[in-house]
Amino acid sequence: MSERVYGVKTPIRLDYTYTAGRARTAFLRGLEQKHIVGQRCPECKNVYVPPTGGCPICGVQTDERVEVASSGKVEKFCVVNLPFYGQQITPPYVCASIQLDGADTTLFHLIQEIPADEVTIGMRVEAVWRPDGEMEPSAETIQYFRPESKPGANGANA
Amino acid sequence: MREVAVVSFAQSPSVRSEANRNEVEILLPVVREAVERSGIPRKEIGFTCSGSCDYLAGQPFAFVMALDAIGAWPPIRESHVEMDGAWALYEAWVRLQHGDVDSALVYAFGKSSLGDIHDVLALQLDPYYMSPLWPDTISLAALQARALLESSKYSERDMAQVAVRSRASAKSNPNAQLTGDFSLDSLLAAPYISSPLRKHDCPPISDGAVAVVLAAGDLARKVCAKPAWIRGIDHRIEPQALGVRDLTTSASSALAARKAGLGDRPVDVAELHAPFTHHELILRDAIGINGNTDINPSGGALAANPVMAAGLIRIGEAAQRIMKGDAKRTLAHATSGPCLQQNLVCVMEAA
Repeated sequence: MSERVYGVKTPIRLDYTYTAGRARTAFLRGLEQKHIVGQRCPECKNVYVPPTGGCPICGVQTDERVEVASSGKVEKFCVVNLPFYGQQITPPYVCASIQLDGADTTLFHLIQEIPADEVTIGMRVEAVWRPDGEMEPSAETIQYFRPESKPGANGANA
Repeated sequence: MREVAVVSFAQSPSVRSEANRNEVEILLPVVREAVERSGIPRKEIGFTCSGSCDYLAGQPFAFVMALDAIGAWPPIRESHVEMDGAWALYEAWVRLQHGDVDSALVYAFGKSSLGDIHDVLALQLDPYYMSPLWPDTISLAALQARALLESSKYSERDMAQVAVRSRASAKSNPNAQLTGDFSLDSLLAAPYISSPLRKHDCPPISDGAVAVVLAAGDLARKVCAKPAWIRGIDHRIEPQALGVRDLTTSASSALAARKAGLGDRPVDVAELHAPFTHHELILRDAIGINGNTDINPSGGALAANPVMAAGLIRIGEAAQRIMKGDAKRTLAHATSGPCLQQNLVCVMEAA
């Protein structure tokens, strides 16, 4: 019997243009200006951040733009201890679901500037933005969240 | 068999590029319109099924995001096919045969503009021996068109005639993308893109979405004055390798039409999902459509071709003729895969 063939190389590359759409465009352009812009459902009144353009509960179009705070509370979190290929941050670190003041949904982001084992559910956190010259229409324009310096403080950090 | 009918249909205008709206934003008004027209409250619709392809957007599980356009709360009964929405309608029709739910929402969407659609579709071929050669859609269709011309059944002029008629018919379709009056000779004077195909032999690149509501028996009669009753629906597939098929005919379409109960009785309208001009010539013969049938009064896929939605649009258009009282018996066809590999036929009738 001849030697078995275990693999063939067939590289594939496809390039795509991303369509953010109206809702996500407002969200991403807002981030560039240190504003977090969601949308309110006309029926259930939930405020979605980030918005998709529709209410997943009511199945209706959401057009009303609502700015929410860049601070809020940790709704749930996990501590990443495993190293993996392509990892940007040295473990252990915290990924959290953060409910921003004024939003009915949560935003997923990192929590830093605090030991991982000190993060708690309900803890107040605030966004840490990139330096002014590096703002982009991207979720990474928020570098991470950190424990809030002034409890209840609204808006961008100093 | 339980009686099931199309009771409403809505679609977005097909455009070359929906640069300002994401998939959810395109779908929302289309789904709302179809549901409102059906007269069935959204939360009473018993089953939802969609058709789309993640490769169009280049993101995995893109169809799950589309649920934001439906409102999946309280949790709904839902399914999805990674195929044209016509196959989602087939699944919904089968689901309605179970008898425990009486209505279904079927939708499909495709933004062909996000990538290079001709390369994207090369990935539906054999991944080891065909896709690495990147045979684009038009080149594969050209192979088939060449085979058809060599069979002496049709000429390039016959192909161009299909384009002339499709674009002229599309003038009355506000959702069509490529419309107008063109002369046969001027089309034939154009250069080849991939011989023997010229630009007019190929579909436009389109973004679009479609939604259809199905209802069974008494519910269909209650909510719709003239339901388009599905008298038969069937789909058949042929082997994947192009080398084992006779590309000049479509055995799967012929069989699907027979199993769908087309029979000898004429149809007033046939909406054929023929993205290329020679596809229509092959399909007409395979299905057995005679001269009295109005073929693709919407302009068909040569006038608007949102990939993954264009087949379901054929069913919607053919149903619409019955719902508006313009036709008694119509046929809709949908295709999938390279060179008409897989085909679905749906025969609909007025009461």
